[in-house]
Amino acid sequence: MSIILDITGVNKTFGGLHALSDVNLKIEEGETHAIIGPNGAGKSTLLNCCIGRLIPDNGSVTFNGQDMIGMQAHDINHAGMVRIFQTPEIFPDLSLLENVMIPALAKRDGTFKFNPFKSMAKEKAIKEEAMATLADFELDKYHAQIANSISRGDKRRLELAMGIIQHPKLLLLDEPTAGMARHDTNRTIDLLNSERMCQMTKVIIEHDMHVVFSLADRISVLVRGHIITTGTPEEIKNDPKVKEAYLGESEDE
Amino acid sequence: MDAILIQILNGLDKGGAYALIALGLTLTFGTLGIVNFAHGALFMLGSFCAVLFNKLLTLSVKVKDESITFFDAYKDQPYLETWFGETGTAIIDYSVPLSILFAIPVMLLIGIIMERGLIKHFYKRAHADQILVTFGLAIVMQEIVRHFFGANPIPMPPPDIVSGSAPIGAFLGINENLVYPWWRLIYLCFSLVIIFIVFAFLKYTTFGMVVRAGMADRETVELLGINVQRRFTIVFGIATVVAGLAGVMYAPILPPDYHMGMDFLVLSFVVVVVGGMGSLPGAVFAGFLLGILQSFASMNEIKSIFPGIDQIIIYLVAVIILLVRPRGLMGREGVFED
Amino acid sequence: MIKNFLKSTPLIMLVFSAVVLTAPIWLDPIGASYPDLLQKFAIFGIFAVGYNLLFGLTGYLSFGHATFLGVGSYTAVWSFKLLSMNIIPAMILAIIVSGIFALIIGFFSLRRSGIYFSILTLAFAQMAYSLAYSVLTPITNGETGLQLAQQDPRILDSLAGVVVKDGLPSPNIFGLAIPRELSFNLFGLDVNIGAGYLGFYVAAIMLIIVFYISLKIFRSAFGLKLLAIKSNQTRMKYTGFNTRPYLLTAFVISGMYAGLAGGLLASIDPLAGAERMQWTASGEVVLMTILGGAGTLIGPLLGATIIKYLENIFSALNPTELHSIFSFMPEGLQNIMVTIVAPFVGEGWHLTLGLLFMIIVIFLPGGVMEGLRHLGNLVKRLFGFNKTESSIESISSVSNTSPEGEAK
Repeated sequence: MSIILDITGVNKTFGGLHALSDVNLKIEEGETHAIIGPNGAGKSTLLNCCIGRLIPDNGSVTFNGQDMIGMQAHDINHAGMVRIFQTPEIFPDLSLLENVMIPALAKRDGTFKFNPFKSMAKEKAIKEEAMATLADFELDKYHAQIANSISRGDKRRLELAMGIIQHPKLLLLDEPTAGMARHDTNRTIDLLNSERMCQMTKVIIEHDMHVVFSLADRISVLVRGHIITTGTPEEIKNDPKVKEAYLGESEDE
Repeated sequence: MDAILIQILNGLDKGGAYALIALGLTLTFGTLGIVNFAHGALFMLGSFCAVLFNKLLTLSVKVKDESITFFDAYKDQPYLETWFGETGTAIIDYSVPLSILFAIPVMLLIGIIMERGLIKHFYKRAHADQILVTFGLAIVMQEIVRHFFGANPIPMPPPDIVSGSAPIGAFLGINENLVYPWWRLIYLCFSLVIIFIVFAFLKYTTFGMVVRAGMADRETVELLGINVQRRFTIVFGIATVVAGLAGVMYAPILPPDYHMGMDFLVLSFVVVVVGGMGSLPGAVFAGFLLGILQSFASMNEIKSIFPGIDQIIIYLVAVIILLVRPRGLMGREGVFED
Repeated sequence: MIKNFLKSTPLIMLVFSAVVLTAPIWLDPIGASYPDLLQKFAIFGIFAVGYNLLFGLTGYLSFGHATFLGVGSYTAVWSFKLLSMNIIPAMILAIIVSGIFALIIGFFSLRRSGIYFSILTLAFAQMAYSLAYSVLTPITNGETGLQLAQQDPRILDSLAGVVVKDGLPSPNIFGLAIPRELSFNLFGLDVNIGAGYLGFYVAAIMLIIVFYISLKIFRSAFGLKLLAIKSNQTRMKYTGFNTRPYLLTAFVISGMYAGLAGGLLASIDPLAGAERMQWTASGEVVLMTILGGAGTLIGPLLGATIIKYLENIFSALNPTELHSIFSFMPEGLQNIMVTIVAPFVGEGWHLTLGLLFMIIVIFLPGGVMEGLRHLGNLVKRLFGFNKTESSIESISSVSNTSPEGEAK
């Protein structure tokens, strides 16, 4: 298997605080890789370093052979890395269908291209694709509704649909089930395991061990800015270092 | 050397006005989160407080003019003179500084009515809506003033005793010929005093502490269960009074007219932006800085090199600051940077 | 099917053109059918429709659009002076030059968003306004305003052999002087266009063209992307769009609309002054847009018409006329009414404008269009239309949420 995302020797400090120290992580094509760790371990910082929101102090982030550091958000998207946010980042004033059509347009048009004289009504291919994607996520019934009017769980699924329609090479998911009720969580797990998505390379940050163990092929454990171990779910379950990290952390609290 | 000194002095009084207006503007923005486009109109209302007060003092009766003997002539004699004689004349002479006492309650009342009646409903709305509604209010205010006071500037003389110039050059022992109008000097001192009072109030009172905490992190203060609502009203009232006082004392420097508020508003927004949104010291510093810069730009030597620079210097500085350092000279990092 | 047909572009344009071109007829009953006012409706309609492409679609509140109006006017007058009295080159140049100005100002202003953007545009507008009055006097003729002169070169006209003998030349469209009366035979009908109406029809045709462009933008993927930027710019960036060029495009297009409006103003009255660039003028176009309904297609046009109509009525009234309006009342009441109303009319028109501004923002942020929609819904509810349809919809949306997912 080839390596699609290669994070090597990444450091990031905020003031005196080492948020990430010498993080090395290799994501293989086709795998679902979970990053777990206690609160404040640096998971979000790591994700932000990948998508260009933060620039690491040193080290390299290479995606698909391309250096990611210093790249603009929109260029990273076109390189094939798509991020799903923890708080649903959707277009609250637009309809569900439009929400999904926009990323499809981004895929087709690139970062900047416009033709004010081509009516949306003529964009049949885009519309069909968007409807099909909404159907995969069981959102097609209210495609004409304004995105702000649907439930939070549905919003997060909508954002997932917006990511999927771009056929990303790598999908970064930031706590995809945080704040969800049990049945919503299960539904999201099923979606991520569905035929359409299980082949996709995914990096998932998650607290919920149930979610992690039902999805991940491999797991990395991040504690206080260090990756302490990487392995299969079985290995992680039985790793004393992981237990110690989690127990130690809970004693502190 | 003298030329530079005189330019600095020239800039200081204008800078004082900018600083006072910007202080209120940044205070309401920092604590209340309100972008108040009517703030310049409050400055204008302050100036017209002085005009109105002067009008009230000089309410007159027609009396026979004794100095003209060969026909019956009548002149207006203010009641104050009829009643108090010389003292009355003196009171009228001091109408501008005295109108401070008149302006404080009036401006406070205007501020409280404005906050309770209008601004309070816009805390949760978009900045664009705030801008639009206060812009509308500014138009309403200036049109009301125009209805009652007319469109022409109304000259307001300073008290006789300070109508001349201070021999500031002789005083500093540099150049006998260097003079500076007394009233501008007074305005400068006045603005410094007001600035000092506002800062002391914010620094040494519990109320001020809460306000400063609110500027740093509004949500937390609200979570602490402090009655923010009432404090907001008071903060807005203070900002209104400060703008009003800046206007009252500015009346002898610039004869008040109904649209002066708009001119000052744009300038003071620029001052706030240059100083850093929500930064009180920034507003004061930038106010004086821009006042002085403007005064330098109007020197003939500089105008001959960059024609028109005096007209645009302030905007130019604002554009450069916004593009290079959007948080302003003294704004905190990450505050309203987008 | 019928619904689609009603919303089809050709039908909308047909109806719109018919309504605009027949305005002199149907506006007659409310006394708004004389050319001066009709021209204002059309020209400020263009200005507001253009402004809406920026503010309505992207949410960026510019306080400097009057600059482009002024630049358009100056350019048009210079075109009259140097090139030709024909308004076609004047308008083309007005659009191009104001477009260039918009490109420069937009390039810098759009580096920031929110209130910073508003203040930046305001700062640029004030700079342009101050410069027009001071240093740029050779170009703008300062306070007097830029005017035509008999001895202007008019290169193209003199090449064509047009000689102005006495008085000032007037702008024309391929030889037809704008203020002129016009009679011709169209498909066997005798058409007679009265004095001044030619100016209106030129502006009206421009309005129809720019409205068509605006309609196309609203309905294109480009328009949708702009709306998406307004809705959530961060998401837009992470979705793979470089938002700044999109915003700049919208800014430049709206600047060109303003330039065209300015050029038309100069074509009807070949005089350009800096007061056209004052920031109150920028405020007026903002008001037109929100009064009608920002982000709606027809709203800004409505807003411009309403404001120019009210301005025309209110600013012309004086106390004597008020007395005659309230003459049906008893003497005492009549005097009271006149005293109350007088501050709001004539010179006090701006007071009414300011109040209108506040009322709209406070009570009807969606403008007249939102009001009409509420009214429409009310009528529907009162007469029971749509009732069954909406209840079905709500049932289906309820049954579609959680249980199904759980069952899976």
